[in-house]
Amino acid sequence: MKEKRAKKIVYRSESEMPAMVISVGSQTHNLTGAWRNIRPEIDRAKCLKCGICWKFCPEPAIEIVDEWPVIDYDYCKGCGICAEECPAKCIVMAEERK
Amino acid sequence: MRKVIMGNHALSYGAKLARARVISAYPITPQTQVVELLSEMCADKTLDAKFIKVESEHSAMASCIGASAAGARTFTATSAQGLALMHEMLHWASGGRHPVVLGNINRAMAPGWSIWADQNDSLSERDTGWMQFYCSSNQEVLDSVIQAFKVGEALMIPAMVILDAFALSHTYEVVEIPEQDKVDAFLPPFDPEIRLAPSDPHAFGGLTGPEHYFELRYKLQKDMEKAPALIEETGREYEKLFGRHLGLVDEYMCDDAELLFVTSGTAGYTANVAVDLLRDEGVKAGNLRMRVLRPFPFEAVRRIVGKAGKVAVVDRNISYGHHGIFYQEVKSALYGQANRPPLFGYITGLGGRDITHESFKEIAAHALAKDGADEEIVWIGVKR
Repeated sequence: MKEKRAKKIVYRSESEMPAMVISVGSQTHNLTGAWRNIRPEIDRAKCLKCGICWKFCPEPAIEIVDEWPVIDYDYCKGCGICAEECPAKCIVMAEERK
Repeated sequence: MRKVIMGNHALSYGAKLARARVISAYPITPQTQVVELLSEMCADKTLDAKFIKVESEHSAMASCIGASAAGARTFTATSAQGLALMHEMLHWASGGRHPVVLGNINRAMAPGWSIWADQNDSLSERDTGWMQFYCSSNQEVLDSVIQAFKVGEALMIPAMVILDAFALSHTYEVVEIPEQDKVDAFLPPFDPEIRLAPSDPHAFGGLTGPEHYFELRYKLQKDMEKAPALIEETGREYEKLFGRHLGLVDEYMCDDAELLFVTSGTAGYTANVAVDLLRDEGVKAGNLRMRVLRPFPFEAVRRIVGKAGKVAVVDRNISYGHHGIFYQEVKSALYGQANRPPLFGYITGLGGRDITHESFKEIAAHALAKDGADEEIVWIGVKR
């Protein structure tokens, strides 16, 4: 899994900031996986390694690792698009255990 | 080269000479010829630009913002309902600091459905963080587009070049079209420090918490405060190359004015004629035409208005429940100033009713007969 973590950037003064705020890291340090109510779980026994879930994930919170799709639960919001699109129906949306 | 062209085409030629790289627009009366000509220029390759056809003005501004973020000089044009539909994206352009230049044809907002001139469309966007240039001739339209790119890109603030529907948009005037190489010398290519590039990917306009948002707005205001001096400096530089001067305001016989009109747009041109006629009758009239409303030219307005006998602010717009908008702006600029001449606010010409020199004579007669405003709004030409 590629390193996604970014430190939260906090500028101490306006003079340090660019006029257009770019890449302050909010997309990475906010772990949006906490929003999730249902979680996708991949059954590797049925997985075709087609990569369609990876293509469709809008976050994107699926990476292909050694040909297998791997879900990054720090960012997966549980939208279920991967499960919907999976042609092998190998992704189930399970109740989140909190 | 001198050409007889309509105001709309003056916008097109301005964008062409500025070498806009991306143009995205949706047609609307009375703006259509602006983008008609630009799309022809793109098609016949006289302008090396990408013309993006879109399904709405909201998308037009959205694509302009994307193009500008990628480092392209970007132009669009619209009017009234189209500008209103762009409203959300206007904030994205200014807040994101994308110096798009937009030609807006001042057209009255519906309903009643209107295609004729008044300023409520652009004035409704006064607080979006865009610079606003109000033009009074086709030559000024063309020159303003080029200067707006120069000032806007230096400050990373977008700008609107604004002209009255029909009174300017469809009116043909002689316009000196500058030579391309001279414009190139004046306006170098747009080369922003930060840009959207696959080789250096960044998130633009992402979630910005209370720890940063406030500072971004502070910076936008601080840069806007630099604009008045830069507009003047740019105007002087332009004058050296092209022999025509444009500043924050246009003064006509203001120095000894007992009665000073404060005007904008084409009414500001008519006001000069009225000043001449009034002077023939022995009334020392003057005209302060405000070319720039945002940034507000505080220093120029205070200096020029402060020395007038009486001041008549003429608005082709209204803030319902308040006054004419230029009137309230001028009035607020004078608060606390030592020199505060009697100020009168006139509303006229809404929805394209003509503002003629007779309108100004009526205004003059009213202002000269009174010592102070006994009504906040004086309506000129309304049938009642």
